[in-house]
Amino acid sequence: MTESTVSLRAPFAPGEPYELDRARCRKLLETALSKGGDTADVYAEFAVGGSMVLDEGIVKSASRGVSLGVGVRVRKGDAAGYAYTEDLSWEALVRAAETAAQIATGNPVAPQDVTERSVPSRYNVKVPSLLVSGFEKRELLLQADRAARAADPRITRVEASLNESYREVLMATSVGIFARDIQPMIRFGVRAIAEENGKRQSGSSGGGGRMGLEYFSHPGKSPVEHAQEAVRSALAMLDAREAPAGEMDVVLAPGDSGVLLHEAVGHGLEADFNRKGVSNYSGRVGSMVASELCTIVDDGDVPFNRGAVNVDDEGNVPACATLIEKGVLRGYMHDAHSAKHFGVAPTGNGRRESFRSVPMPRMTTTMLLAGPHDPEEIVKSVKKGVFARKFGGGQVDIASGDFVFSISEAYLIEDGKITAPLKDVNLIGNGPDALGKVTMLGTDLAISDGIWTCGKDGQSVPVGVACPTIKISGMTVGGTDVSR
Amino acid sequence: MTSSENSSAVAELLTLAEDVLARLTKGGASEAKVVARAGQDLSVRVRLDEVELVEEAGTRSLSVRAAKGKRVATAGTSDMTPAGIERVVRDALELCDLSQEDPYAGLPDPSELAIDVPDLALFDPACDGVRAAEAVARCQRAERAAREYDPRITNSEGASFGRASGAFAVATSGGFRGGYRGSYASLSVSPVADDADGKKRTSGYWTSRRQLALLEDEVAVGREAARRTLRMLGAKKIPTGSYPVVFERDAARSLIGNFAGCIVGDSIYRRSSYLLDRVGTQVASELLTIVDDPLIPSGPGSRPFDGDGLPSRRNAVVTAGKLETYLLDTYSARKLGLKSTGSAAGMTGTGAGTSNFVVKAGETPAADVIKQTKRGLYVTQMMGFGFNAVTGDFSRGASGYWIEDGELAYPVSEVTISLNFDKLLKSIDLLGDDLDFKSSIVVPSFRVAEMTVAGS
Repeated sequence: MTESTVSLRAPFAPGEPYELDRARCRKLLETALSKGGDTADVYAEFAVGGSMVLDEGIVKSASRGVSLGVGVRVRKGDAAGYAYTEDLSWEALVRAAETAAQIATGNPVAPQDVTERSVPSRYNVKVPSLLVSGFEKRELLLQADRAARAADPRITRVEASLNESYREVLMATSVGIFARDIQPMIRFGVRAIAEENGKRQSGSSGGGGRMGLEYFSHPGKSPVEHAQEAVRSALAMLDAREAPAGEMDVVLAPGDSGVLLHEAVGHGLEADFNRKGVSNYSGRVGSMVASELCTIVDDGDVPFNRGAVNVDDEGNVPACATLIEKGVLRGYMHDAHSAKHFGVAPTGNGRRESFRSVPMPRMTTTMLLAGPHDPEEIVKSVKKGVFARKFGGGQVDIASGDFVFSISEAYLIEDGKITAPLKDVNLIGNGPDALGKVTMLGTDLAISDGIWTCGKDGQSVPVGVACPTIKISGMTVGGTDVSR
Repeated sequence: MTSSENSSAVAELLTLAEDVLARLTKGGASEAKVVARAGQDLSVRVRLDEVELVEEAGTRSLSVRAAKGKRVATAGTSDMTPAGIERVVRDALELCDLSQEDPYAGLPDPSELAIDVPDLALFDPACDGVRAAEAVARCQRAERAAREYDPRITNSEGASFGRASGAFAVATSGGFRGGYRGSYASLSVSPVADDADGKKRTSGYWTSRRQLALLEDEVAVGREAARRTLRMLGAKKIPTGSYPVVFERDAARSLIGNFAGCIVGDSIYRRSSYLLDRVGTQVASELLTIVDDPLIPSGPGSRPFDGDGLPSRRNAVVTAGKLETYLLDTYSARKLGLKSTGSAAGMTGTGAGTSNFVVKAGETPAADVIKQTKRGLYVTQMMGFGFNAVTGDFSRGASGYWIEDGELAYPVSEVTISLNFDKLLKSIDLLGDDLDFKSSIVVPSFRVAEMTVAGS
């Protein structure tokens, strides 16, 4: 068995053939501002991704990919010119800077000298998983497969996957920032299909974060435990009945239910929407937008979390930003541009999918902090409602604040007890309305495992969510059964 | 073989692909396939008449699929330096040792490969000719038309114009050589109106075509976007109940897209479709006939050959509600003991997919679908991801209009609609005549006899 030969040296790193040092970045920034403009930035990215997929008991295919490029942006007022190149030759970089410069039509502006910014260390991974032997990683998938099959004879199919990435980024700005970061990530997932008496259901479990393979030694995170969880969920759903339809109390399990915050509040508080006045939260800083129980933060500093970043893609270091404090809207999530517009410090939320896109305000790890209630008491308080345990994802209409999120494992609550499993169902609500109806909040704050990816304007970025058990008194449950 | 429209761009990419193919074979691959791509795009966004973003780029990439015996691996890169290309070759060969033997893997039988590649007019040089200034002007015309349409349009998320063109070439150790160029251009507008309670309303409208000249007029796009935004003002919930539901064609598209995902070979052999073992049976209303047609000239989903290099062909998927076939690529066909339908979607991965998935127009004029509905919900937009392909359970957020006595009475939002897909498609009882070829899934508006609507 051979060790992997993967090289993780970025071609623009010091000593490499296409090294981008401060002097070269300064030259590019000068070119970018040669026709004027307010600010300019250079962003270089080298990303190596790997994946392995198991299906029908074997790892059918392994793959690896490299993405490399540099983007140059020039800002003039609210306008931005952007160009990127996958060719790192000096001529191509200069051409990109000249193309981006076209957005302005004035006299040259001199960039400030850049100084290297020290960045925190929120995910210091000793051995990136891409450097570990592929055979060791393959064994993780095979373990999950064996465990799922052994768990129950009704399991007819098992799929497992491991995705890894290693991303090195460099940014230099005309306001003097020069920063680098190395961002590792792994994501593991198992999906099982259970069949019985002509009924078929799937269940899944997954996780990861900005970690190496040490992820799997955390409690409950081994491939076997993920497989068992996927099996449990698939089997539980075999007996699922039609979900009720209409407005009722909803209790959300801790952790992944944070998808609710992400949709109901998070997107609407990204400052670009508010700068433009197109969010239903626009102009509402200082007013009540949630129940007094709710304090919501976006925190880029959750160590090793999927949503964590040492530095955002504009060179700013995210801290824990309070969005809503005891129900009162306190502020938005900013990139450099929106921060300037609102006259506040950047919150470090300027993120982008890759060098192929411009950054915009994005979430990192969005959390609803713990409340005063015993989680068991919360369920007991509901006479008739729905308990949501696993989630498929959500979507929001920023303008109206209407949002949906889909539940892949839900149960009926009858007289304070969790009873029958329910078929897949969607919940729909309106941001401030739904959060205003948060009447109980558990003490059991949990951070979701690293599975979530957020999409905005065609760009995907990894994010995290966290919350305790939540009771929403009255939310529309989109089942099929109108009889109850 | 390459089609007549092909340029030197394709020829250059083919030379590169053949070079990489030779290296893979020399390095020990028993089978290999190489795809080289190059493209250029421009995207422009204008908001409140001012330029917000001008983005330009040229892109290149290489992806390879290699096998040692029955062990398969894939690799890709955007680093086209000699070192970058060397790396992709090495990665693929190394990863083959990691994969396990898959008896069904392998290139198609050479006798099945496409010989004649039809010219489907997928490339329009006029797209590349649009410079940033013209793109900005198109956006400004469209957004102005939206804002001037009605004083209740008070804000805008902006207008966007995008154009892209690309060329690709594929070479396989099985002897297939092919390549072609493609282009598209698109324009969209999203106006915003103020509603009660601090809510805002936005909707939008877009046009997209492979041929620049076939884009809808900017002013018409802007006005339609404004109409769609304004019609949501004052939207409210409706009481929970079971009602007839009419889907506007843009909303109907995503339903048919969900259905398409359930008839591709992968979901069948992976037992992840509610339509397992259903070929030859009724899966939809008799009103529904669906063809997957990759050969439509200038179609958004057209392709002269499939991802395996097999000839493209029309596949009758559903005839009068009866499922005729699954859509299969070489791999899923082998898994299921069937023949490929020439539906391989990806060029390097495995997996079947739709091309232009076209529901045959019905006989009811679109307006009459509403007129013939006494009471019910008219859905213009859906939200969320509430479809479980394994069970067919469907539950999504929806907004639109309440229909009373065949007329649109008032706007509706914040409701969900749900019904198992098997019942949903079978209970389509009116099919409109309003096809629109701007997307690769082409569907007229239709009515479902009864669905559960959850609201207040």
